[in-house]
Amino acid sequence: MSLKPETLAQADAIVAQYPQARSATLPLLHLVQEDRGHIAPEDEAWIAAKVGVTPMQVREVVTFYPMFRLAPVGRRHIRVCRTLSCALRGSYALMAELEKALGCARGETSADGNFTLEFVECIADCGCGPVVQVDHALHENVTPDQGAAFAAKVRASLSDPAYGKAAPAPGTPEWNG
Amino acid sequence: MPALERPLIYGNLRKPGYTVDLDCYLRHGGYEALRKAVAMKPEDVCKEVETSGLRGRGGAGFPTGMKWKFLDRKSGKPAYLVVNADESEPGTYKDRQIIYRDPHQMLEGIAITAWAIQARQAFVYIRGEFQHGAKILRRAIEEAKAKGFLGANILGSGYSCEVVVHRGGGCYVCGEETGLIESLEGKRGYPRIKPPYFPAVLGLYNCPTIVNNAETMAQVRHVLAMGGAEFAKIGIPGDSGTHIWGVSGLVKRPGLYEIEAGKATFGELLFDLCGGPLDGRTFKAIIPGGSSTKILRFGERFKGKLPNGQEFDWALEDIPLDANSIAACGTGLGTGGTIVLDDSVEMIQALANLNAFYAHETCGQCTPCREGSLWLSRISKRIVAGGGRDEDVPMLLDIANQVAGRTICAHGEAVAWPVQSAVPKFKDEYLESVRRHRDGTAPASPQLI
Repeated sequence: MSLKPETLAQADAIVAQYPQARSATLPLLHLVQEDRGHIAPEDEAWIAAKVGVTPMQVREVVTFYPMFRLAPVGRRHIRVCRTLSCALRGSYALMAELEKALGCARGETSADGNFTLEFVECIADCGCGPVVQVDHALHENVTPDQGAAFAAKVRASLSDPAYGKAAPAPGTPEWNG
Repeated sequence: MPALERPLIYGNLRKPGYTVDLDCYLRHGGYEALRKAVAMKPEDVCKEVETSGLRGRGGAGFPTGMKWKFLDRKSGKPAYLVVNADESEPGTYKDRQIIYRDPHQMLEGIAITAWAIQARQAFVYIRGEFQHGAKILRRAIEEAKAKGFLGANILGSGYSCEVVVHRGGGCYVCGEETGLIESLEGKRGYPRIKPPYFPAVLGLYNCPTIVNNAETMAQVRHVLAMGGAEFAKIGIPGDSGTHIWGVSGLVKRPGLYEIEAGKATFGELLFDLCGGPLDGRTFKAIIPGGSSTKILRFGERFKGKLPNGQEFDWALEDIPLDANSIAACGTGLGTGGTIVLDDSVEMIQALANLNAFYAHETCGQCTPCREGSLWLSRISKRIVAGGGRDEDVPMLLDIANQVAGRTICAHGEAVAWPVQSAVPKFKDEYLESVRRHRDGTAPASPQLI
């Protein structure tokens, strides 16, 4: 699978924003990952050529940052915060509920390829814990007793291709997907 | 009794119906401070900020005006402004509100700061996870450029500054300013060896660079709006302005509370504003300013002398909410992200939770931090899993002592401080946890690891 034409078209404009091309490494990785879902070896080579480094110098960036991945994830990527503020509000118990409801263990992708479930470190919404980020959409105060209902909501979102992608419209205080 | 809160940064975004678009910001006096700034000489803008006494809001509390003074203006190289919006200190969630709900306030501060240091290029390094936040910011930048508040020929002054939003990759150590610069250059976020101590001399692309926190930019906007001397009257001498307290964990009403520096106490914050502990519980401890700051135990007495010579003898509830008072109690105001623990919490699990965080986030450059953080995590986890030994508790402290002060960046201190502060304060409980988990008699408590 190759990258979409609109992805390719954006790349040069991104590089042009920076005084030095190499600075565009992370933005290009985000761009590619949005398109393909992960970073393939050919993407690393393509980005390396765009920013003027070796593919290995792109690989070392990919493996340094937790957000970039070398393998695909499920159709919904569910990230549960496990750091202290959320843990105090029940994120470990919530994780156990989600594992049951989605049929996959933490750190794994469900057999049907629909869900990847992960613990992540603090995502900076500590007063509303436990928080769960599903793709781009942030969900606050997902308590363990809501785990099963929350999992059902995520399952239902599979039929919505735009789920979590749109930025909140101006005027809405809402960004929770 | 006067109101405890004084919303300055959150003044607008808390208003019903306040929106992120430029028109709304302009209706609330937006970009008037920038108009004032570009009519002044850049060095006079710097002076206003110095007079204001503003200290950076990223956690270290360094005086903003002094940081700007360090900028190398003689090298002939371009100066850069980098805004640290990589909010990732556990317990901290104040900048998210500014970015998502009042982006123009921060952008106005950025434009003022860029003018003051004569930077023609500014970057906002934003958390990778803030996908929507980055979109909101980019849209706001386009709006501001269209009206001449950013971009080419700002407000007809002939001065131009471009602002680029740059998303990170979910890495805590990129919040460290030199790690952030490396990351912005397209590399792994390895913090740089010091000296040079300040990016103001050698920063982005080896050019003079000012790195300021996102909220600091919003504060700068208010410094210019009211004037440095007027701003300095908010708060106390040595710590001016407001602090946004982000309370999380086990309280009735977790949330963000903006309070004039030194004008309320932890007791007022936790009991009056946050509603006290959950029903049937009592408070046990707080981590006052983000997970890296040293823990405070309820029931402790804090005695000593403030920088102004005043002696104090406080309970935790009495500590005033300002940088000097909190530092005098042996910890730090940090980012104001207060994590509250109550009597349901088993302290060794809370420590194991944080140790796991720091072990995950160490960049691995320095041996003491890379190895130390992993061992702290492993040992505290094995205590909870029932495999602990009595000597594990002093060993935690011993390891932490070998990390702090022996690393390139402050991640070493961040690894060590939770352990160094908690082990002496909760030693008996930790030793009991070792025994009870080993014997299988540990009472039920919320799982934190």
